[in-house]
Formats: sequence, C-alpha cells, structure tokens
Amino acid sequence: MTGTPVIGVLALQGDVREHLTALASAGAEARAVRRPEELARVDGLVLPGGESTTMSKLAVLFGMMEPLRERVAAGMPVYGTCAGMILLADKILDPRSGQETVQGIDMIVRRNAFGRQNESFEAAVAITSVPGGPVEGVFIRAPWVESVGAGVEVLAEHGGHIVAVRQDNALATSFHPELTGDHRVHGLFADMVRAVG
Amino acid sequence: MSTLPSTPQSAPATGTARVKRGMAEQLKGGVIMDVVNAEQAKIAEDAGAVAVMALERVPADIRKDGGVARMSDPNMIEEIIGAVSIPVMAKSRIGHFVEAQVLQALGVDYIDESEVLTPADEVNHSDKFAFTTPFVCGATNLGEALRRIAEGAAMIRSKGEAGTGNVVEAVRHLRRIRGEVARLRGYDNNELYAAAKDLRAPYELVKEVAELGKLPVVLFSAGGVATPADAALMRQLGAEGVFVGSGIFKSGDPARRAAAIVKATTFYDDPKVIADASRNLGEAMVGIDCDTLPEGERYANRGW
Repeated sequence: MTGTPVIGVLALQGDVREHLTALASAGAEARAVRRPEELARVDGLVLPGGESTTMSKLAVLFGMMEPLRERVAAGMPVYGTCAGMILLADKILDPRSGQETVQGIDMIVRRNAFGRQNESFEAAVAITSVPGGPVEGVFIRAPWVESVGAGVEVLAEHGGHIVAVRQDNALATSFHPELTGDHRVHGLFADMVRAVG
Repeated sequence: MSTLPSTPQSAPATGTARVKRGMAEQLKGGVIMDVVNAEQAKIAEDAGAVAVMALERVPADIRKDGGVARMSDPNMIEEIIGAVSIPVMAKSRIGHFVEAQVLQALGVDYIDESEVLTPADEVNHSDKFAFTTPFVCGATNLGEALRRIAEGAAMIRSKGEAGTGNVVEAVRHLRRIRGEVARLRGYDNNELYAAAKDLRAPYELVKEVAELGKLPVVLFSAGGVATPADAALMRQLGAEGVFVGSGIFKSGDPARRAAAIVKATTFYDDPKVIADASRNLGEAMVGIDCDTLPEGERYANRGW
C-alpha cells in the first residue's frame, strides 16, 4: 500500500480515544467505526479494550457482528486489546450465556484470568516482532490465552501465560499498549495493514 | 516457548495510577447501573451495562426512608460479585475509610465515595492513595473534581441530584465542569496560579487540565438520568458515560428501560436510534422537582 492506511476503531464502548491517538501517532488515518457502512471504508480495524460482554451484545444489537465476521474472515487486518482479544477468540473458556465473538484467531481465551481490579497490574512484556526492548504492559482485569491452534504464533507470555498472539492478519494482546505513550505495537499493526493493501 | 524474548524480572505493580485510571477508560461509552440484589445485577448485565453499583437501597428509597444511609451488607455485595462477570462497584460514606477498607477486602472493582450515603466526616474525604482499589467521586464543579483527584480519585462523576429522576442538576453540574475546563484553556501561564487559588485546587492539576482541555481522569455523569434521551443528553454535553440509579429499577419495565438507555448511550448522537429506544418503555420513575427539595435533602451539597 502506498500512502496512509485507514484504520478504524470499533466504537461501541471502551477506550476508543486512546486507540485513535495511538494509531494516528503510528502513521495511520484513524476513524471511529460504529456502523456497517463505516466498517466498509477502513483497511484495518482495532477492537478496543472495554467490557467484552457489553461490546458483544451491542455488536449483535446494531447489526455489526456479521459484517465484522465477514471482513475478518476475508482477511482484513484486525487487532484486539483485552476485551478485543476476547472478541477475536474462536472460543471463550467461560462465556456468559449467549456471548458471541467475532472469531479470527484459533485460540481459547479465559476472561478476567489475571483476577479482579485489585489484581490489575503493570509489568514489562517482551514481544516477538516488536524490536527495541520490552513494552510496558498494562493489564486490567485482563484475559489470558489458555491454548492456541497450530497456525497461531505466540508473541509474548507473562507469568507462564500467553498474553500476545498473531494468526495471519489478526493480532491480539491481553494488555493495553494504547494506555501508554509507547506506540510500537500499533506501529506493528499499521505495518500489517500496509502489507495487505 | 523457548523462542520468546525473555521478559525482565521486574515485579508486577498493582494499584498504580495508570491501572486505576485505565480501568475507568475501559468503561467509557457505557452505562453503570444501581442494583440492590443479584437478580437486578443479572438484568443489568443482560441489558449491556458495563458495570453495576451494588447498594442496599436505590437513592429514591434512601430519600423516602430517611435515616442514616451506610455501606451495604457484605453478603449482598458478594452475591452480586458472584452473579455477574462485569465489574462491581460499591459505595462508602464520605470520609468513612474503614467502609472503604471493607469494600476493598470484599474485592469490589471500584469504590464510590458517595454523597448519596450519609457523610461520616464533615471535613475530610478518604485518602484514596492508600487503596489498591480505585475510587470514583462526585463533583458539582471543577475545583471539587480536582480536590478529589488530588486525594487519589481515579474517576469523576458529576453529581446531579440522585433519586429525583430529574436531570436538571446533572445538566447544571456537567455544564459547570465543562465550562470551567474550557475557561482554563484560554488562560495564559500567569493566570493559572490565581485560577488554582480560585478553584481551591493544586496548581499542578490546574495546569494539567489547562493543557489537556479535559480532566486527567474519565468523567461520567450521574444523578437524575431516567430516560434514553436523558442519557444521550449527558453524552452530548460531554459525559464519557452515565450512571443510572433509581431510573431503571424504579420504572415499570426495568429490563426494557435498561437496554434502551444502553442503546441511547452508545448512539447518543443519532436521534433515530434514540427515538426507537424511547418507544413503549412503560412508566418512567416518578420524578421530583428539585426546586421543592429542602437544602438539607440535597445530596449534591454533601462533600466539598
């Protein structure tokens, strides 16, 4: 792709603004996406942090779930943080009844795996394919990945648990790079979007 | 997994400002609902609430019953924590840091040091830096918001007047906070010292707000939201999300009204969605004209 990639942030709920800022500083044109017609106009999409049950319900309610599945299945680059990681999981270990996901990564995710808010933490996380040393990992009521299929590359672990993965054009982290001033992970994702275009 | 880069052996840090404030960032665009039991908590979660506030009586009932309103029974809070997977908040009295210690020990995700309960200290609010659990506090103006942040609050809600079903005070307080932030934006550095004095807030925080053009923490609106249009109004006025207290479970059809308020909060700038969300909701809670409330019954006056 030549020029600036257009990257959307699913804006049903969550820390949308932080992702828009991080994407802009990673050289993308960033846009909030709430409707199918807005989704059709982006080259890649971020599924932000937030409450995964709420986001999933709103996506179904407003007719976004099917269009999201179609675009992700068709290879649109997508990056999910925290709740976004849960939405990208092919399977949730302990779903709320009726909780649907977009799917896209062959993994099983455990929600709130690192505990409640009192256990939320910051720690340095070294990520394969992000050069320049570890990133600051901000984990908030964070999920982890229980297991991955053969096609999934594990990019980072913390405390023996998988916290960052990639499968083809789909990227996911348990933690929130958008809450830090370090936008290297968003840079990696912007490169993934450029590579597809 | 030997191919993974090695992670430095630094101990994970809990209870940092980034973790506390970051938690509130995840709630943005959402609705936080007051619930008094596990059944209501499930209705709220199913309707799409981003969190629930566990309390024994909704503000409308606290008003009606009178007497001293205190922290809820730990059993009831634990039942609610067990019933839902979304975050659970609970209220402590202003300045009652032992109630806050109890709530932290119970594992609630956020503590609301709330004027809806009867204040325990008429001079001091709790030192919120002493806790791992983050705090949300109410404010009627920018100075009050910044004093709470200076004490460690990681989220602010405009107070409104809880338990009235009348949005007028919520509008007044949010407009005031937003207006005062906008005014600071226009000040030069010389003026910020006097502004800090007028606001009775730390200079560093005043300067930060002037530079950011917003509070350094998430700002929600509370106190009087009863309809989908009320919620959308608060969002259009600049609230990053809304608390709904008595408005849902004091109405005719709570499940339906809860889902409708969630919809209108997400699509707050789309009148067609708000119109659809507003149809056939049954009876709204009976409202109170705030002008008829005696001074002593105005919760917003509690805290300083």
